[in-house]
Amino acid sequence: MDMAYLIETIVKIVVIMLIFSALAGLGTYFERKVLAFMQRRLGPMSVGPYGLLQVAADGIKLFTKEDIIPTNVVAPIFKFAPVITAATAFMAAAAIPFWPQFTVFGYTVHPIVADTEIGLLYVLAVMAIGLYGLLLGGMASANKFSLISAARTSAIFISYEVVTGLSLLAPIMIVGSFSLIDFNNYQAGGITHWLVWTQPVAFILFWIAAFAETGRTPFHLIANDHEIIDGFGTEYSGMRWGLFFIGEYANMFFISFVIALVFLGGFGDGGLMGALALIAKVSFFFFFFLWTRAAWPDVRPDQLMWLCWKVLMPLAVINVVVTGLVMMF
Amino acid sequence: MSIEQFKNRNVSDDYFLVDIEDYPTDGWGQFKRVVKRTFKGELFVGLWVVLREMIKFDIHTVQYPKEKMPIGPRYRAVHEMKRLWESGTERCIGCGLCEKICISNCIRMETKIDENSRKEVSEYSINLGRCIFCGYCAEVCPELAITHGARYENASEQRAHFVMYEDMLTPIDMLKAGQQQEFEGFGAITPHEDERVKKTPLAY
Repeated sequence: MDMAYLIETIVKIVVIMLIFSALAGLGTYFERKVLAFMQRRLGPMSVGPYGLLQVAADGIKLFTKEDIIPTNVVAPIFKFAPVITAATAFMAAAAIPFWPQFTVFGYTVHPIVADTEIGLLYVLAVMAIGLYGLLLGGMASANKFSLISAARTSAIFISYEVVTGLSLLAPIMIVGSFSLIDFNNYQAGGITHWLVWTQPVAFILFWIAAFAETGRTPFHLIANDHEIIDGFGTEYSGMRWGLFFIGEYANMFFISFVIALVFLGGFGDGGLMGALALIAKVSFFFFFFLWTRAAWPDVRPDQLMWLCWKVLMPLAVINVVVTGLVMMF
Repeated sequence: MSIEQFKNRNVSDDYFLVDIEDYPTDGWGQFKRVVKRTFKGELFVGLWVVLREMIKFDIHTVQYPKEKMPIGPRYRAVHEMKRLWESGTERCIGCGLCEKICISNCIRMETKIDENSRKEVSEYSINLGRCIFCGYCAEVCPELAITHGARYENASEQRAHFVMYEDMLTPIDMLKAGQQQEFEGFGAITPHEDERVKKTPLAY
């Protein structure tokens, strides 16, 4: 491993970290604005022009808030749990190509940290590990509602891992690779080559599962609003809670990238228009996360489980079987 | 007239019972219901409604410290002491009715006979911390001297601020600029009162 590769990788990691930490902050701003407009409100307006500096105000608040470790909590795990959520969210970004490769001063840059052959598998696996942050945080909190929420969260996450994996299996069978770059190149031929036309069921299933994986409304059961408290994060304050938050929003962005890359052609042939189209697709999926939050109610945990095991999983299996049969004959 | 008319509590005759289907009892019925609900597209109706509101951008927010809602003329907020339009002197004649009627005992006044042997109010205070803003003082005042204003933001750091007579009295420069707001609520002179005044019939 030569020095240039090492430096390039570190630079890429730092850039991705900075961009997506900032985007997570801006994501909260957009969420509040979009939700407000849909509910005929204005949203944040006071800090900065149109409330744009609200993100900075929130950041200052989170950073300077007292870091409370309640009595009776299992302190080491309690302190470490938010780091798992945030870290795994960003680790998942390692195998995602955010931009087609481009040349700067004669030096070709690949905007992906590690183009491994198991890229998609790695993304799914690391995102699944993010569950441990919520689970351990809830279990260590010495709060029964946190514990209940953590149990519910892990049940939902594990269930929906099944749907995520099975729904992605059919596109993987077609493309024959786990690498997201290969996925992109397979669909580089234009809009008619997109996998969403050949795999519409997998697309919708993965999209639904993405809501459960990121814990967004209508599957916002990780922090069950009906219990008034904030689920597993009840006992957290300050930047530890902020880490959970950054992890959730980074996950939303990364899963939007995965949906766009796997099903909607990604950045196409690698031109500038393709790259901008990728940003547009990701923006749409992120907007859709906010849109559903304004429009749809939450479902009950048992309804969510029913949906997963009795509807989505059989559909995913049938989809895999049918895809296999079509490919065989 | 029969009693049935009074027993009918429905406001209008348009009420009807919502048509609720029976819950399915067997598995096949449940399956049919799931399929029907899945492909009915009601979720998209919800999405469309919120998107329509976002596009219409019909915002109802009042940005409170900068904007305020108009307030009714009969609203009973912090009191105002009015001045006479012509001379600029205070309208209060020191009759003490407001002090007498105040049910929370928050009005206190001291009067004396001044050098022109007229009654003069030397001390007047309303403890707004105790005041329940019932409006009796404004109602009983024979001179429209004490009225209720529209200034409802009466929080303060010190209790001493709750009794400041100077804050309630119309400043003399505002009066000269013609900016004293007359109270339009209960007890106020109705518009066009001059035209309705009749001569007292003296020719008995």
